[in-house]
Amino acid sequence: MISRFIQNAGWPRIIIALFLLGLFIAAPFVGVRVDTSLSNTLVRFGMNGVMVLAMIPMVQAGCGLNFGLPLGIIAGLLGATLSIEWNTEILAWLSGLGTQYKISWLNEIFVTTWREPLGFASAIIIAIPIAAILGWFYGKLLNRVKGDEMMIATYVGFSSVSFMCIAWLLLPYKHPTMVWGYAGKGLRTTISVEGYWLHVLSDSLALNIQTEDIHLYIPTGMLIFFAVMAILVWIFMRTKTGTAMTAVGSNPEFARASGVNVDRMRTISVMMSTVLGAVGIIVYEQSFGFIQLYMGPFYMALPAVASILLGGASVNKAGILNVIVGTFLFQGILTMTPSVINSYLQTDMSEVIRLIVSNGMILYALTRKVRAGR
Amino acid sequence: MIRKLFDIIANNAVPAVFIIISAFAIPLSGYSASYLIQEMLTRIGRNSFLILSLLIPIMAGMGLNFGMVLGAMAGQIGLLFICDWGIVGIPGMVLACLIGTPIAIVLGIFCGHVLNRAKGREMVTSYILGFFINGVYQMVVLYLMGWIIPITNPALLLSRGYGVRNAVSLLGIRGVLDNLIPTIITGTQGAGQFFNINGGKSFILVQLPFLEGAIRIPLATLIVIGLFCIFIMWFRKTKLGQDMRAIGQSQAVADSAGIPVNRTRIIAIVISTVLACYGQIIYLQNMGTLNTYNSHDQAGMFSIAALLIGGASVSRATIANVFAGVILFHLMFIVAPVAGKNLIGDAQIGEYFRVFVSYGIIAIALVLHAWRRNREREAARRSLRGNKGGE
Amino acid sequence: MSTPLLRLDHIGKEFYGNRVLSDITFDISAGEIIGLVGENGAGKSTLLNILFGMPVISSTGGHEGTIQIDGKTVHFTSPNQALAHGIGMVHQEFSLIPGFTATENILLNREVLNDSSMSYIFSDRVSTLNRTAMNDRARAAINTLGVDISPDMVVSEMPVGYKQFIEIAREIDRKNTRLLFLDEPTAVLTEQEAEILIIALQKLAKKGIAIVFISHRLSEVKQLCSRILVLRDGRLVTDQPATELTTRQIASLMVGRESERREVPPEFPEEPVEVSNATEVLESSPKKKKKKIRPALKVEHLWVDMPGETVRDVSFEVMKGEIFGIGGLAGHGKLGIPNGIMGLYPSGGKVLLKGRKLTLNKPRAALGRKMAFVSEDRRGVGLLLDEPLDWNITFTAMQTQGRFLLGIPYIFQMRNEHAMKKEARKFIDSLGIKCTGPNQLAGELSGGNQQKVCLAKAFVLRPDVLLICEPTRGIDIGAKTLVLDTLKEYNRENGTTIIITSSELEELRSVCNRVAIVDEGRIAGILPASSPAEEFGMLMMGEKPRTGLSATE
Repeated sequence: MISRFIQNAGWPRIIIALFLLGLFIAAPFVGVRVDTSLSNTLVRFGMNGVMVLAMIPMVQAGCGLNFGLPLGIIAGLLGATLSIEWNTEILAWLSGLGTQYKISWLNEIFVTTWREPLGFASAIIIAIPIAAILGWFYGKLLNRVKGDEMMIATYVGFSSVSFMCIAWLLLPYKHPTMVWGYAGKGLRTTISVEGYWLHVLSDSLALNIQTEDIHLYIPTGMLIFFAVMAILVWIFMRTKTGTAMTAVGSNPEFARASGVNVDRMRTISVMMSTVLGAVGIIVYEQSFGFIQLYMGPFYMALPAVASILLGGASVNKAGILNVIVGTFLFQGILTMTPSVINSYLQTDMSEVIRLIVSNGMILYALTRKVRAGR
Repeated sequence: MIRKLFDIIANNAVPAVFIIISAFAIPLSGYSASYLIQEMLTRIGRNSFLILSLLIPIMAGMGLNFGMVLGAMAGQIGLLFICDWGIVGIPGMVLACLIGTPIAIVLGIFCGHVLNRAKGREMVTSYILGFFINGVYQMVVLYLMGWIIPITNPALLLSRGYGVRNAVSLLGIRGVLDNLIPTIITGTQGAGQFFNINGGKSFILVQLPFLEGAIRIPLATLIVIGLFCIFIMWFRKTKLGQDMRAIGQSQAVADSAGIPVNRTRIIAIVISTVLACYGQIIYLQNMGTLNTYNSHDQAGMFSIAALLIGGASVSRATIANVFAGVILFHLMFIVAPVAGKNLIGDAQIGEYFRVFVSYGIIAIALVLHAWRRNREREAARRSLRGNKGGE
Repeated sequence: MSTPLLRLDHIGKEFYGNRVLSDITFDISAGEIIGLVGENGAGKSTLLNILFGMPVISSTGGHEGTIQIDGKTVHFTSPNQALAHGIGMVHQEFSLIPGFTATENILLNREVLNDSSMSYIFSDRVSTLNRTAMNDRARAAINTLGVDISPDMVVSEMPVGYKQFIEIAREIDRKNTRLLFLDEPTAVLTEQEAEILIIALQKLAKKGIAIVFISHRLSEVKQLCSRILVLRDGRLVTDQPATELTTRQIASLMVGRESERREVPPEFPEEPVEVSNATEVLESSPKKKKKKIRPALKVEHLWVDMPGETVRDVSFEVMKGEIFGIGGLAGHGKLGIPNGIMGLYPSGGKVLLKGRKLTLNKPRAALGRKMAFVSEDRRGVGLLLDEPLDWNITFTAMQTQGRFLLGIPYIFQMRNEHAMKKEARKFIDSLGIKCTGPNQLAGELSGGNQQKVCLAKAFVLRPDVLLICEPTRGIDIGAKTLVLDTLKEYNRENGTTIIITSSELEELRSVCNRVAIVDEGRIAGILPASSPAEEFGMLMMGEKPRTGLSATE
């Protein structure tokens, strides 16, 4: 019974789960509040969840771990910056619609009450087509390099990030909160989303109890958003297309013999992954409060990859449960190690632990015998 | 025929593009010839050893050894110790190599075993392995040094008493190899004024009438690199080198011929790691400062990009590729920011441009390699079919 | 009589209770050339595996009997030991490194090394290669074969025939090679090259090297060998001097089991019939047919580019409701035919399904026309090993026929897990698939049960034409009968046209109405299943039968 459980869960997960549990137990003894830690873990979970979710389609379609996530993130960054750049215009256009159709209360909603959610939605709406187009090209590329997807994905991610570094400097953004003050052009390294869509998801329906004894904050809206996205992915993987995609990942020859267009399925999976990455970064930013440009997205794929592997996924099989478990464990470790270990050892070991845990996890997955019986 | 022509172009496209870029950027940058030659020589001395360490795993079919950063870390640990013990000059460098070697061997064996478990995706695995070992390295250097591992020199340690500082000065060995045999090339007119350059010590002076200004040559470093090139040429001719080539082309055939495949692959990685360790030491003696937590990271990426720019591919690399790569890559490295500034008025763009080029070139090389390999696999399958079907 | 070079004494082998070899006894003397012939699955490769001490033998419980070399009993546990005793082997697949020259390949891992002081410190592997000496040795080995190949030529640029010679040269170069096994060495050679090879082998034999020549080209076997051994069903049925046997006798020895006459399959078609091309064959059946039936499948000048199974030019017709067999030796293209029709490999020519042209090179087109396919590569193509049984069984139907789905077509369709499980359960019961239920992963089942899953997958499609490759490969006897009976029953109940491709001629003869034999990518002939076995044997060996029955071409 126990050995069965261990086999199902896998040793690395159990060790890390026990480690995390140990951290939570040790927390009160070193003066770290469990409720605050839990709140932080939940916030980070919500922030990163969608980006981890972005791993599923590509893994399932046999394209491997999406080390090219930065490509999706770039689409998200474009959406986010454009939503701020055009914020006034978008709202004006929407309230114009209200005037045109003589629905006065619409004006009010657009201009005041729903200003921020609309800004957030516009960021996502702008980002999705960009991500889809980038994902389409990226998918076509990966179809030509079957077998080497992961390494190439890594460098596609890197080179697109560094390409965008140039673009951020040159693109004709004008909005004063975003461009360098002295030059009047070129986007800043970090852009605050305050006043636009800061915490639109996190604070809606949030449970915030701050008393003498309890400091609890649950970003309900963000968690619901993640749940909705997770359910959408779950439903998609159960559609005809999603089923075909899974079969392609499981055995491309079988899928081909069953009349499935293998390359098309792979392209769709890469597009989905990229779109989810774009949405994921916008969710991340609304909670974090800042848009990080330039080299910001550079290493963002690694935590997402490590999370889903930590959740029990392999290089060619992943599910929603892997995302939830993995993201919680990974973010839990990231939250707890700085606070607990640092209070104990008086030093900040979190970065080192993050490096070892996340890369150790990826190494473990890469060196595991992938397909039994084949 | 047309295909052959296409192959020639495809094989040399990358260096050609770089020559063209440089041809435009050099005049734009406004640098003088002697400055550029000086810089190139310095950088050949600084980087080529590191890049050469990549050749052997490529020969053994293991692709670009992103795990060379392991060797770089081993070298840095060696350097940290000699700094702590205050051993300077050539003895210091040799001692650093001696300390680094066993560490590099152990790391190389580990890396080799890991890669043998991940056949077919050596590159991505060695790449992640680099990150993983980087975590371990940081743990050792940041927490264990000065605590469990005795490091006493306060100039090295963080103020809290343990852990090494972010920047460590390597003044003790700075340039010792480069300047071991001081050599200067100069034009005729200016010869006299450079006699003071070496603190009055004697040096080899070569005069070239057409040259303006003076160029220092890191002669000893270049000799070491030359010896190393001879080593690689010799190595290719040995039985071990032959076995590696065989494994690189077909592990199955090599195995059935009785060549110990896994062991040979481990040897290839160990050699590469140890050489990367020496390469990093040579690199840092030229730089003069050690960025404890960053130096090794960049070593891998820049070396690989340079090799690819020199016209190498994931499965084929020669010594000529190494030198062509160093020159082209660093030429662009020097001129791009200035050219960017003169062209667009923003040095930052040139800066980002060269980063983009480094990553982009690796991406393109990987794509070309995978694409070609898939095409060759298809062609090989077709050749098995015997005569073409139909009548 | 002197001690023979090699003596096999009562060699036998069972794989999991499945007897593949029994009581093989023969010996080989120095300088002798022996021809070893047998159908696929007669036990040739198992015999070779035993001789070479392949791990597959020891890991499945070893073998019976003893092997003696020079009168001393030996027991090999790895191929290297066999090599050390002077037994060389030239495989069917090339084991050459494409980017290496002839010299480098011939001397692979036996390079001539220069003396070097380094080698005392480290090992021989740091000594440099002596290229001149290596070239000399390679040239000597190539010259022995009587061909003119430059030692500096890179293997990847060689014609196929040359590669074969390089392989043989490599074995010759081994100084101690005394016994050489050649597995189908002439299969890839042109006639001229084959001639050269035969002369070269005779020269080698004169030098005292014993040769075992495995081939299906009986005329070559007769020309070259002094003695011929015929294996059938794991037994040595003949060990005679070549001069005492005709090719016809050899062929019938290989396939014939006239003593154990099996039950003759029902003559087809049972209703009267008159058809254009098939008449020739069908006229020979006792009843004269009058009523007209249109062919279900008509194949004209089909070629298929399937690696190792090239189909060059094939034409045949299959009647509606018929069970049609395609036989022939491995590598001759019989597997290419169904794979090509189903669009899995590049193909050309014309295929008419119920009179309408079928789009080739598109699996979807073939599936859409109610054809179903069971691949010979069960684990590679036939199954999703990492997915549950209900997925395996219903996936193709879901994707091509839109069944087992809920929702609106083209807009939003989710899979209907309930219907999938129900369908899977139906087949688990009706085919007797041994499993824990529809949720078990396909990879966890035994070979026989996996094959049943593949059949279920095809049956779910409710096909008009069912193409099955190697239905009984790698499954035990009990399962074999079950699978074949299932096919017969399915054909009887649904009137489905079935085309079975199999290496086992007996199996085809017991199930099919007519059997086509493929030889070198072409149809050598189509015979009613009731024809004598030796007729089939002659067709397989590439010899034209003497009777008037000929190919439909």
